[in-house]
Amino acid sequence: MKKGHLLGLGIIAIAIVIIMTSIGDASSYESFSTAKELKQEGNENAIHVVGQLKKDANGEVTGLNVREDKVSFTFVLVDNEGTEQEVFYNEPVPADFTRSESVVVIGSYKNDEIFIADKILMKCPSKYQETDVQAAGM
Amino acid sequence: MINTFIGNFGHLMTIVAFVTALITAYAYYQYFKAPELEKANWRRFSRISFSLHAISSVLIAVSLFEIIYNHRFEYFYAYSHSSKALPVHYMISSFWEGQEGAFILWIFWNVVLGSILIATNKFWEAPVMIVFALVQAFLVSMILGVVIGDLKIGSTPFILLRDATQAPIFQMNPDFIPEDGTGLNPLLQNIWMVIHPPTLFLGYASTLVPFAFLMGGLVTRKYSEWIRPALPWAIFSAMILGMGIIMGAYWAYVTLNFGGYWNWDPVENAVYVPWLVLVASIHTMITFKKSATALKTSIVLVISTFILVLYATFLVRSGVLGDSSVHSFTDLGLSGQLLIYMLFFLVVAIILAVRAWRHIPSSEKEASVYSREFWIFIGATTLGLMAFQVILPTSIPAWNALVEGFGGISNMAPPADQIEFYTKFQLWFAVVIALLTAVGQFFWWQKMDKKALKEALLTPYIISVLLSAAVIVLAKVYDWKYIIVVLAGTFTITANAVILIRILKKSTFKLAGGSLAHIGLGMVLIGVMFSSGYSDVISINMSGLTYSNSWEDELNKEHVLLWINKPIQMKDYTVIYRGRQKKVVGIPEYVPARILEETDAVNKMIALEGYKDYFQKGDEVDIVLEENDYFRIEYYQNEVMKFSLSPMSQFNEGMGGLISSPDSKIFIDKDLYTYVAAMNDPEDPDWKEDELYEVAPGEQFHVADYVTYFDGADVLEELDGYTLQEGDVAVRANLRILDYDVEKTLQPTFIIRNNQVGKLPVIDNELGIKVSLENILPEENKFVFKVNQYQKDYVVMKAIVKPYINVLWMGTIIMLLGFTVAIYRRFDEFKKMRDKGLEA
Repeated sequence: MKKGHLLGLGIIAIAIVIIMTSIGDASSYESFSTAKELKQEGNENAIHVVGQLKKDANGEVTGLNVREDKVSFTFVLVDNEGTEQEVFYNEPVPADFTRSESVVVIGSYKNDEIFIADKILMKCPSKYQETDVQAAGM
Repeated sequence: MINTFIGNFGHLMTIVAFVTALITAYAYYQYFKAPELEKANWRRFSRISFSLHAISSVLIAVSLFEIIYNHRFEYFYAYSHSSKALPVHYMISSFWEGQEGAFILWIFWNVVLGSILIATNKFWEAPVMIVFALVQAFLVSMILGVVIGDLKIGSTPFILLRDATQAPIFQMNPDFIPEDGTGLNPLLQNIWMVIHPPTLFLGYASTLVPFAFLMGGLVTRKYSEWIRPALPWAIFSAMILGMGIIMGAYWAYVTLNFGGYWNWDPVENAVYVPWLVLVASIHTMITFKKSATALKTSIVLVISTFILVLYATFLVRSGVLGDSSVHSFTDLGLSGQLLIYMLFFLVVAIILAVRAWRHIPSSEKEASVYSREFWIFIGATTLGLMAFQVILPTSIPAWNALVEGFGGISNMAPPADQIEFYTKFQLWFAVVIALLTAVGQFFWWQKMDKKALKEALLTPYIISVLLSAAVIVLAKVYDWKYIIVVLAGTFTITANAVILIRILKKSTFKLAGGSLAHIGLGMVLIGVMFSSGYSDVISINMSGLTYSNSWEDELNKEHVLLWINKPIQMKDYTVIYRGRQKKVVGIPEYVPARILEETDAVNKMIALEGYKDYFQKGDEVDIVLEENDYFRIEYYQNEVMKFSLSPMSQFNEGMGGLISSPDSKIFIDKDLYTYVAAMNDPEDPDWKEDELYEVAPGEQFHVADYVTYFDGADVLEELDGYTLQEGDVAVRANLRILDYDVEKTLQPTFIIRNNQVGKLPVIDNELGIKVSLENILPEENKFVFKVNQYQKDYVVMKAIVKPYINVLWMGTIIMLLGFTVAIYRRFDEFKKMRDKGLEA
């Protein structure tokens, strides 16, 4: 076998390893109910859940509780199936959290009551683009 | 009155730029095809057409800047990206905060690059400019803003606010103009955001140049000659793009509070990947110039670089990454257009390359293990694999969208811990690259066989092992992975330094580009390893307050709550939060916020006390952005204050919360990085119920938890802000409150006029108390104080030690310097050949 072929095979082998681990390490978007099932099956891997913050009739966020030591908080997230779930996040409340249109939480259940987020991504369309004219200056 | 002229003018210029781009492409095509006699005519026509395109493109930018600069808030773009309070340099940032502005920037750079190419190239003008003009047509179409039925082509920045929004005010008054814009995201109000985007976009734009030369080469059947003019541009592009990436990383480090310079965010990945491939292509192009191999590889890599830049743009701007990126760019409805743009050039490039493939010379000879071609090829392959490993998971959202586009269901998400996931691969690839550059450089400069290689490598090997041993022992690197990184890094630094010294002795500095760049690479590797691998969060929460013991012990408690004036131990330091400060115009240091009082005017405050020689009590001072607070954090060691840091936070209503920027203490061997993650909000305090104290002068009592002395009272002759009348009695009590090591005097006042009582309470925001002198009981010789509590001032803070981060920054500077030397050398080479008339 020529050296070039060996090299080619080596590259292909590495590429396959990369593809396999990428798929293996990828997580998935789930709802809270499937996340709970996964936990009960003993799967502790982190998953992504997309949802909205729970809001009252006036559009104010409810269920946001900053804890006494200010370094962590819990909030209620409603996933796309409508399931409400209390989520714990071990960081101070991020800027523009309450304004976010949708929230992605990455984490897992530690017990049946509470979902622990390792990371939170917020989608705020207004972050780079103002979409509505505010009352100020009107 | 609404100024519609400038917007219409800008829009008109956009249309002119679009049409002239198409005409230029057509004209250059005719010039290219025309028989020798007619060429001069077509060339003149093409150049005129391109000039018109260039002028109109510049006028698009001028129009948009005019709108921002003159605060024309009747325009959506100015309204949503700018405000009156912004200084000029941040208006420039507002210009490219929006996606349309970024496209204009890109268009502008292409015009500049195209003009330079026309001026410096004789032979390649026609084919190269056809590609340029076509790219420009696609780019201008992104801001065209033409709507035909349901089809929307481009998003124009010249749209009026009333057309962009549905606000009811416009039904009542169509000529309504808002007083002020919504301003620039405070995180972008940073000098790096003024210069990072133009640098990055120049990098993006310049990848077009080698691609255009390649396309020209394929069409004119000059399958290898395109490399000489393309090479200096490829190096230029790699340098500028690299600089843009580093500036972005540095901006993230000094402004964003995620505690690092690289987060493996999809937006960061999208620009890192084309850079890797670009660097690989430079190496294969240089190899080709030396030994006529690797031409096909170069062609593939140059095409990939350009397409990957377009793919990055697609990922970032199509909204596909919405759920996976914190940058969260919105979809302007351009995703289809971006896709067509990318596919068009991909298909054209593939067709041209395939057609030419069997004519492209390639060397049949097997590359020997002792040849430089072999090692460069391995290096380029490693870079390619690095790029592949990053782009694959980054594309997961695009893959989901594709599957769903065909009616399937795909709920794959990117890896949950991105930093760990990518590092685990990239680290080892980087080690391989470092070793390859060390060995490769020797192959590069001399003929090698087994014996010569051993001799050449022996000295740098011994030096680097000794150096690494010293580093490992002194810096306590005990993790085997990091030991390998240190070895690889020092090996590449020493090997390249040996080469560098040899080059400088024998010939000119001109040839030193490669070894300099590789020394920089070695330093970057070591710097990244230390600053990330040994990054140490020292603000560990020891408060013992847990939500649930069953699982919370596993979580990181990386923030501490600092009450004002109360010392807390953090590793080697005792830390005390001392209160808020403001930045005042003309004063080099921060000024305590408690001695300043807000006024109704923007950015103006009244001094309640004098401050050093800078201002007197009662002076009006100008504040630099009054919503910014700089929290003074003092660091003590052995009871001695070593230094203080002032991380910034802004409570920004518009952005919906707290915007924080870190402050770092920079030591030679480390940075101490500090930022505020949450703070007390003293606006409209929710005062708790009244507490009454009856105290005699000279007595000591407790207010809240503070030891308080009542030192007695004075009868006042005059009172600030009040005119005392005949018969008025004003009594001021002197209270001294002790809060740890701080003593404060609070003086509530009590006025009696015609049997009426007036009370002037004092509020101390730092202590979170309000005290008023409620009553005086002369027969008992007692004074009654009313106290309301709120909350003592506090910050929640995170502090991280980043060891040897300066090695990283220094390494990047050396690497960029190496690139610069290489550009000079390659352009000089091209120019000499061209002037000899050998360029073809």
